[in-house]
Amino acid sequence: MRKTLFFKKKLPYTERTAQKDGESMLPYAQQKLAEEKVFKDPVHRYIHIRDQVIWDVIGAKEFQRLRRIRQLGTTYLVFHGAEHSRFSHSLGVYEIVRRIIDNSFEGRPEWDQSERLVVLCAALLHDLGHGPFSHAFENVFQLDHENFTQAILLGNTEVHEILSRVSEDFPQKVADVIAKTYPNKQVVSLISSQIDADRMDYLQRDAYFTGVSYGHFDMERILRVMRPREDQVVIKSSGMHAVEDYIMSRYQMYWQVYFHPVSRSAEVILTKALHRAKKLSEEGYQFAHEPTHFKSFFDGTFTLEDYVSLDESVLLTYFQLWTKEEDVILADLCSRFMYRKLFQYIEFDPAKDFTKMRELEQLFREAGIDPDYYLVFDSSSDLPYDFYRPGEEGERIPIHLLMPSGEIKELSRQSEIVEAVSGKRRSDHKLYFPEERLRGNTPAERCIRDVLGLKEV
Amino acid sequence: MLRDHASIVRFVAQAQGITGRKKLQKMMYIAKKLGYPVHEKYEFHMYGPYSEELTARIEELCTMGFLSEQKEDKGAYTQYAYQTTPESSAFMELVPPLTDSFSTCIEEMKHKSSRFLELVATLFYFDDLEREAQVEKVHIVKGKLNFTDEEFEEAFQFIDDLKKNNC
Repeated sequence: MRKTLFFKKKLPYTERTAQKDGESMLPYAQQKLAEEKVFKDPVHRYIHIRDQVIWDVIGAKEFQRLRRIRQLGTTYLVFHGAEHSRFSHSLGVYEIVRRIIDNSFEGRPEWDQSERLVVLCAALLHDLGHGPFSHAFENVFQLDHENFTQAILLGNTEVHEILSRVSEDFPQKVADVIAKTYPNKQVVSLISSQIDADRMDYLQRDAYFTGVSYGHFDMERILRVMRPREDQVVIKSSGMHAVEDYIMSRYQMYWQVYFHPVSRSAEVILTKALHRAKKLSEEGYQFAHEPTHFKSFFDGTFTLEDYVSLDESVLLTYFQLWTKEEDVILADLCSRFMYRKLFQYIEFDPAKDFTKMRELEQLFREAGIDPDYYLVFDSSSDLPYDFYRPGEEGERIPIHLLMPSGEIKELSRQSEIVEAVSGKRRSDHKLYFPEERLRGNTPAERCIRDVLGLKEV
Repeated sequence: MLRDHASIVRFVAQAQGITGRKKLQKMMYIAKKLGYPVHEKYEFHMYGPYSEELTARIEELCTMGFLSEQKEDKGAYTQYAYQTTPESSAFMELVPPLTDSFSTCIEEMKHKSSRFLELVATLFYFDDLEREAQVEKVHIVKGKLNFTDEEFEEAFQFIDDLKKNNC
């Protein structure tokens, strides 16, 4: 018999007595809050916290910073509801993992209960290193948020101090689970695999906040049929249809939301504005407002503290200020971002059209528009589900079904719906440009319109 | 952006084709660590550092017709061999040719087994650690492969040679 959620709200007797006798009697890893705390959450209804360690980590300033970083970056310029933060997503992933281990795994021989705290911390902290508008920011400064996640976990931070109180090597263990270099692969797969808590949370959360009707699937059903196995988590075959729905919702969300061309356009502009500011700084340009927060990123001397003190509010403040800068390109790009005057786009097949690229760059120069900032190629591509081909260098662990006979079968061999999308990558290539600046009557502009296939007005 | 595609084509052209997806992944990763302009993001996966983005780019390059993919049936498993196509020579011009030192690196790597390159790439992945800690880490994440002391020795020697070559 599995314990129900309702029953679990009462603390077991032994823990209550231990608390009465004073917290110091229990090691930090086992300390429970005197009463369970909950966060109200629109996706999972409630997020339940009983562990002192988890409660303390949530209070750490590096974790609180995630409140000021949007989960979907520039997507709010298309779907105005998409203002939710990485803070809410992180709590959501924690809650899903907590439900899996406390409701489905606890007491099963294949599950090692001593991994509970490390996997809960890893779930909560897996996105800790994300910066403001991560994708654009990382691209411009050649950074990787995963390195910052590791650096915050292992560096001189509040999060590190809290995790170290569990044990000296605990921060490293959490870091290893997140980096997928932890010895227990089953633990890793709860947070990163083709059906993991991270993805189950963001699909539902992003669907909720964008308001799209894709992205919904029966997560409770999936959680109920998840079973721990030696190296991974498997799904009882009776839950296959819920998993099919999950794969399809993933497919829909990528194309309808994550790769939305207008939100990509905003990201293109954001990236170019940061590139411009960096270049100006390198050239010794005198900014009207000294870009204090960015200085160390422009010259590559930043510290972990510099990184952690950045968030989207800081970045947007600079963008607002830069709309008034003397440099025309920076001012224009920032205004475009702030006031949503985005670039237009056309489909651009690089296989056929790559020679056009050079021609266009030349024409843009002739028209007095700098192609480095105003002619941008961008592509998106996604593989909805990948299966494992024996012996080959496939790297994604497939989803496995547990058949009534005890046999393990790969999902796409059982489901025709999943088979239809398996191993098939879909790519989308676009070329972005400021359409309203190409309406003039110079030969260059006319030629550009012709090459881009824009209609004559 | 197409420059990232073009530099992959340059790389494969210099190697005169690469056999095995894993080998291609690891060679590009090692080159990235040595400073070759590889902007694709790598993460730790089953076989060590692996880039989903690189896989996507390779597939795109095949669709574009600048790389060709040949499936070789090896009985128990299939292997994929990549070659540049005649159409790719103009496309490659988007980026400058490789430097001599990188060409030598590629040559060196090409003659190693993918098992060996997996070890080298994994060591590079943990290159912020001391040597002993690196070895320990490899034993944890690659326990099943049972790398021997000789292999570690050879791998460290190989890394030193590559680095020397580049300076």
